[in-house]
Amino acid sequence: MVARHSYGRLIAYLAARTGDIAGAEDALSEAFAAALVTWPENGIPRVPEAWLLSVARRKLIDVARRRRTATEAAATVALLAEDRSAAPDDEGEIPDERARLMFACAHPAIDACVRAPLILQAVLGFDAIRIASAFLVAPATMGQRLVRAKRRIREAGIPFRVPKPDELGGRLHAVLEAIYAVYTEGWSDPAGTHARNRGLAEEGIWLGRVVALLLPQEPEALGLLALMLHTEARRDARRDAQGEFVPLDAQDPARWNSTLIDEAEALLLSASRMGAPGRYQLEAAVQSAHAARRFAGRSDWAAIVELYNALLAITASVVVAINRAVALATHVNAAEGLAALDAMQDDAQLAGYQPYWAARAALLARSGNVQAAADAYSRAIDLESDPVVRRFLQSELSRTRGCANRKEFRHE
Amino acid sequence: MKYLLLQYGHETEMMSLPKEEAGQLHGAYMAYTEAMKKAGAYVSNSGLRPTSDATTVRTPAGKAIVLDGPFAETKEQLGGYYLVEVADLDGALVWAKRHPFATYGAIEVRPVWG
Repeated sequence: MVARHSYGRLIAYLAARTGDIAGAEDALSEAFAAALVTWPENGIPRVPEAWLLSVARRKLIDVARRRRTATEAAATVALLAEDRSAAPDDEGEIPDERARLMFACAHPAIDACVRAPLILQAVLGFDAIRIASAFLVAPATMGQRLVRAKRRIREAGIPFRVPKPDELGGRLHAVLEAIYAVYTEGWSDPAGTHARNRGLAEEGIWLGRVVALLLPQEPEALGLLALMLHTEARRDARRDAQGEFVPLDAQDPARWNSTLIDEAEALLLSASRMGAPGRYQLEAAVQSAHAARRFAGRSDWAAIVELYNALLAITASVVVAINRAVALATHVNAAEGLAALDAMQDDAQLAGYQPYWAARAALLARSGNVQAAADAYSRAIDLESDPVVRRFLQSELSRTRGCANRKEFRHE
Repeated sequence: MKYLLLQYGHETEMMSLPKEEAGQLHGAYMAYTEAMKKAGAYVSNSGLRPTSDATTVRTPAGKAIVLDGPFAETKEQLGGYYLVEVADLDGALVWAKRHPFATYGAIEVRPVWG
């Protein structure tokens, strides 16, 4: 079948010529519907993408002809038709114009909170329900925002182009945020067991490469790619032979992908030379400090604590605060880590946040507070939906309880 | 595409600008219009007399009601417009950012139908 990245390429190609994302989506979905009817009968065309593109293009021209004003229709038809000469034929690849699409979605004239969701929908075809859950917004609200934003791009005449460096402003942020969201959606399902998540991590890395190539002077674009590559390098090591979850500190560095790590390190080095640190560079640097275990035998925990301090100052993120506490526990001692977790207890979000309870449980267990650790593990298990992670937490819980009997031998 | 650049601000404050500043602003408008014409973006422009000179008409049920004053009392008032023809919103925003009034108030950029 046609790969996911074809979807975004086709939307980008069509929308860049008509200025109309929703129109491109409708035309492409009609083309897919036509494929479902035609392909089983006539066989799959030699270049499925080119087939879909020509059907979608015809649909767009039909729609344009029915448009309310003649001038508008003429403009669209001319755009699409004159394009035909330069358009990919049966042999050609459809050019990758997804960066133009992403930057149109990230235009300052679009409401900031809908920019990254809009990119996910336009480039990957995610529906509003799925995007809503990733951005913690009610599906109906998200659906409305997406429809409104697409109409705005069309009616306000927002251009589809990659901005010059001096026009980038906040636009790059939304693009990077969306790419990272794509990557983490794929990452949360490392085995690719959910069909809908398959290939998403690769897709995120690919989009990250596109943006890093287009904007090689933007340190955060390089930082994000470095972060994704570092994380991706550990994909295989996250599962043992039985498919069980292996946390970072228990992973065998020999199973990390050293090619990806080396590429990430080189990117991070180029980024850091530009002298403008940011969230993604700092997060990539944390991963780099973990990767130091390849040669040093141990993560650089002092550096990790420092990096999390800097990240916390920039992002004020709950996730960062939890990771910082865990790093402190390893670098100093469990009590320091617990104190850092206690300091954030006011945050109402935490009660329902699995990583908080899992981190708390681990630190309590390390400080020998078995009962409190077991309670925290139980809360974490209740909050986790991934069966593999649940099994891991359950085994940690049993291990903690088992240790209770040998408590006097623990010297931590 | 055509866009209307609408300037909104405090008209009373604008009318009480020191003479020298008002003169400079006038010069800035002339230069701005000239640059727009040179770039081929200019369609038309006008400044508006204050809202105290406005008359508002409504014809509910076909019967005309004529009132003195603006359609609504607002903190900032529409004071003038430029109609520009450019490739896209970014083209219009370039002119909005250069607008002499942008330092005093706001420039609203509105795409025109058709």
